[in-house]
Amino acid sequence: MRRLINLKPGHGAAIVLAALPFILVIIAYLAGSAERLAANPEDKLLPAPHSLGEAIDRVAFKPDKRTGDVVLWTDTAASLGRLLAGVAISASLSLIIGIGVGLVPLLRATFETMIAALAMIPPLAVLPILFLVFGLTEVAKIALICICIAPFMTRDLILRVREIPEEEIVKAQTLGGSTWQIALRVVLPQIWPRLFDSIRLALGSAWLSLIAAEAIASESGLGYRIFLLRRFFAMDVILPYVAWITLLAFALDWSLRRMQHVLFPWFTAQRGAG
Amino acid sequence: MTAVSVRDVWMEYDGQIILERISLEVKPHSFVAIVGPSGCGKSTFLRLVLGQEQATKGQILVDGKPVPKEPNVERGIVFQRYSVFPHLTALENILLGLEFARAPVLAKLTGKARAEARAEAETYLEGVGLKEAADKYPHQLSGGMRQRLALAQALIKKPKILLLDEPFGALDPGIRSDVHALTQKLWRERAMTVFMVSHDLKEAFTLATRVIAFDRRRNRPEEIGAYGATVTFDIDVHRSAKAP
Repeated sequence: MRRLINLKPGHGAAIVLAALPFILVIIAYLAGSAERLAANPEDKLLPAPHSLGEAIDRVAFKPDKRTGDVVLWTDTAASLGRLLAGVAISASLSLIIGIGVGLVPLLRATFETMIAALAMIPPLAVLPILFLVFGLTEVAKIALICICIAPFMTRDLILRVREIPEEEIVKAQTLGGSTWQIALRVVLPQIWPRLFDSIRLALGSAWLSLIAAEAIASESGLGYRIFLLRRFFAMDVILPYVAWITLLAFALDWSLRRMQHVLFPWFTAQRGAG
Repeated sequence: MTAVSVRDVWMEYDGQIILERISLEVKPHSFVAIVGPSGCGKSTFLRLVLGQEQATKGQILVDGKPVPKEPNVERGIVFQRYSVFPHLTALENILLGLEFARAPVLAKLTGKARAEARAEAETYLEGVGLKEAADKYPHQLSGGMRQRLALAQALIKKPKILLLDEPFGALDPGIRSDVHALTQKLWRERAMTVFMVSHDLKEAFTLATRVIAFDRRRNRPEEIGAYGATVTFDIDVHRSAKAP
């Protein structure tokens, strides 16, 4: 028998192993649900598969009787719009500030400490301030996402800029590059793929702040719906919503990784990862 | 033709003396190899000539003028690692020097200007035997090809001085002698002065017209901080720059 650390699963076995925990969770859910419903048919905590199916059909495929909208899609559109706006603004800010502060010692001396301090602010603590300043608007929710992720993305990109070997920056100077040209042709192209990493890491926090903002002050969105339905104990809708959010987050992460791989072949090859 | 004059240069970091009393007169079109043990300040000396760092005391003059306080196109460099840009293909790596000069705002040439620059860059690629590899990224090239690319990239700016910081240290012996021959050819064809740091004596004597050894005169542990390395040997290798 070889050592445990030397046993590697084949391709097929790896897929089975990856699926196994999911299957176990589903089995545990079905068993728990059946048991609770046997004891009390009115139980709402763990709805049976057919009630989940009906709920999904109702929110995802049938227009709402009052508004005529299909609830899941309008919620998804609202939430994704806010999320992508927040992430896009944060990414642009962190890219510009990250390159400036990472490359120019004078900017670094001026702003590095302040950015570190900003990153320490607990985002939810400023939520009331945002609502007081911007009202219960879209701006307030997008601003919360930015406050939550922009400072740490900026710090991350500053570090990534500093990781570019000094030799490359020196070489670029001997080739006649000005500060601006070096930022544009040597640093920026090498930071793009790292920005993708940074966004992937930030997405978890971005979702957290989005759901929080929607839970507190919103009339649409996935987070709003979950917290609204909580009052009615509508686990049959809440559970599919949570699964849907997870799926969206997973799909975003996956597509970012694929885009990084396709757009920057030199980067993934250099890193030795697919 | 470029003469370099190093006058009583001292270099200190945090009270530790790294280099002391370095004085050299380097004739135009010399190939100077600098050898010495690890940590004796060879690379520090190169950074002083490059202008990346400034000497604590003393002066380095190029054609009678002090070295500027930052690197520029007059002094090209090839490092042992990280010498080429990983995000650019071989051709783009060489084009970059031309684009910096000809496109101040975007540092990117288009259309006819790009075609002209491209033709120029291609002759340099051909000169180092990398014509076939024009569209490859550095990670797709071997170590020897990367260093040849780095040479071509530096030479397209026609530097007066070329600095080589252990450029061949990581290469296999066979490939190393190929790159040696190429380096010497490139130096002969041009009016530039070369400074090469190496810890390989054979390499130094094979390539250079002058071999300089740096070492500390005192090496007892308690004296290391107080005494820097200086020139301990200075040997002229009789080799005509025009020889085949």
